[in-house]
Amino acid sequence: MGKIVYMDNSATTPTKSEVLEEMKPYFTEKYGNPSSIYSLARETKAAIEKSREKVAKVLGANPDEIYFTAGGSESDNWTLKGIAYANQNKGNHIITTKIEHHAVLHACEYLEKHGFEVTYLPVDEYGLINLDDFKKAITDKTILVSVMFANNEIGTIEPIAEVGKICKDKGIYFHTDAVQAVGNVPINVKKMNIDLLSLSAHKFYGPKGVGALYIKKGVKINPLIHGGGQEGGRRAGTENVPGIVGLGKAIELAGESMDSHIERLTKLRDKLIGGIMKIPYSKLNGHPVKRLPGNVNVCFRFIEGESMLLLLDGMGVCGSSGSACSSGSLDPSHVLLAIGLPPEIAHGSLRLTLGDFTTEEDVDYVLGLLPKFVKRLRDMSPLYEEFIKKGEESCTAKK
Amino acid sequence: MYSEKVMDHFMNPRNVGEIKDADGVGTVGNPVCGDIMRIYLKIEDNIIKDAKFKTFGCGAAVASSSMATELIKGKTVDDAWGTSNKAVVEALEGLPPIKIHCSVLAEQAIHAAINDYRIKHGMEPIKEEHKDIHDEERCE
Repeated sequence: MGKIVYMDNSATTPTKSEVLEEMKPYFTEKYGNPSSIYSLARETKAAIEKSREKVAKVLGANPDEIYFTAGGSESDNWTLKGIAYANQNKGNHIITTKIEHHAVLHACEYLEKHGFEVTYLPVDEYGLINLDDFKKAITDKTILVSVMFANNEIGTIEPIAEVGKICKDKGIYFHTDAVQAVGNVPINVKKMNIDLLSLSAHKFYGPKGVGALYIKKGVKINPLIHGGGQEGGRRAGTENVPGIVGLGKAIELAGESMDSHIERLTKLRDKLIGGIMKIPYSKLNGHPVKRLPGNVNVCFRFIEGESMLLLLDGMGVCGSSGSACSSGSLDPSHVLLAIGLPPEIAHGSLRLTLGDFTTEEDVDYVLGLLPKFVKRLRDMSPLYEEFIKKGEESCTAKK
Repeated sequence: MYSEKVMDHFMNPRNVGEIKDADGVGTVGNPVCGDIMRIYLKIEDNIIKDAKFKTFGCGAAVASSSMATELIKGKTVDDAWGTSNKAVVEALEGLPPIKIHCSVLAEQAIHAAINDYRIKHGMEPIKEEHKDIHDEERCE
């Protein structure tokens, strides 16, 4: 394998070596089941509590409000189903957005089949929800609002504190899927009036298969996984101790380096965006400023995203696309459609997400490749041929 | 996910381009679904003398176009018409199940180009056995 330029940090990140070192003893020497009584177990129990404190510190929460899970999808599912069923005496209405991760959307669809009603808020061309739309969607049956902190595809950061304030005033539980935001955006659950927050370790240089759900003290929620008394009886199953230790270390590192991380990635991101925008008929998806520091999402008109990914892969560059062909389904990304892109343009999207191991050299390397690849695919594209012949307008999204 | 053959035909596609004075041109697909294929044919004495393509689509769509044009070059028009999507898939050493429709598109593009040629030469177009895979509202 030759040079690898990894620009898919929103999909996952490598586990940092400091994190892995911290985890290692919990596979081999410190293997006790935290629920047991002997010293070997007390050691692992203590390690879990230490991790809980680290997560709480970065989120501005109390340690007893942090519950470890198997990842973002579990945290989202737990919230949706756990809140819905625990509060159905109060109402059956949930508000979310059209651009949520499928872990939220598909859990909502499941609940709709079981008597709950869900409002999916639209977003504007940048992917932002409208607070007036949101306020109007609230009814006396609304029991939960779930708005993602930052979008995984286009990187748009939603007005979370504003949504939190409205929910607090109305006495409605507010959940945010912060899987993409933790480590990339400063978060304070108390100041932002967040009642539940999902996070996943592998998005911030921790291991895969472990996450957490912040549940504010006093929130009424049913368990998703029934069984033993772990996690205060709210989430059964022997704890993934090495994973939880890794999550703790990773979030601690993310918290410590947040400012420099954001500053460095924002610079690299804007350089990459600036370079790409020089390619004719290209468009930035998402908000130019209210945006995850490492997220670049663009569409190149007249070409299809998977083809671009394959060409990039041939040169060692790892990216992703909202095109149907790269997603395993036949429809383009629901997020790109929600921001008003016509499907034929959504098929030509490319997401490059930068991370702590991305260098300026990597950005230059990709900027050197992209114009060639876009030209190559356009030369092959009957859409481009027609466009040149007809001389149509430039790449504009339908509003 | 792709065979070496598919990757070869994607990275080094054969017969990309257009034929200016083509005897038949066929365009199939739908940009909404993410793939459009256009095949150009040069036909002399009922033989496919040359075939070229332009495709907007994924790796499998490009590779299917490339392989389809390779398969029909030198064939009689009737034999070219008989080049099935299965033949394209076999020549590509397989396609992932979700990408089979790309090979169907290639077969349909050949048919559309041949019918264009037939109409231009005062012949009845041959009726397409399979309906256009993009006739449905959804992309399937």
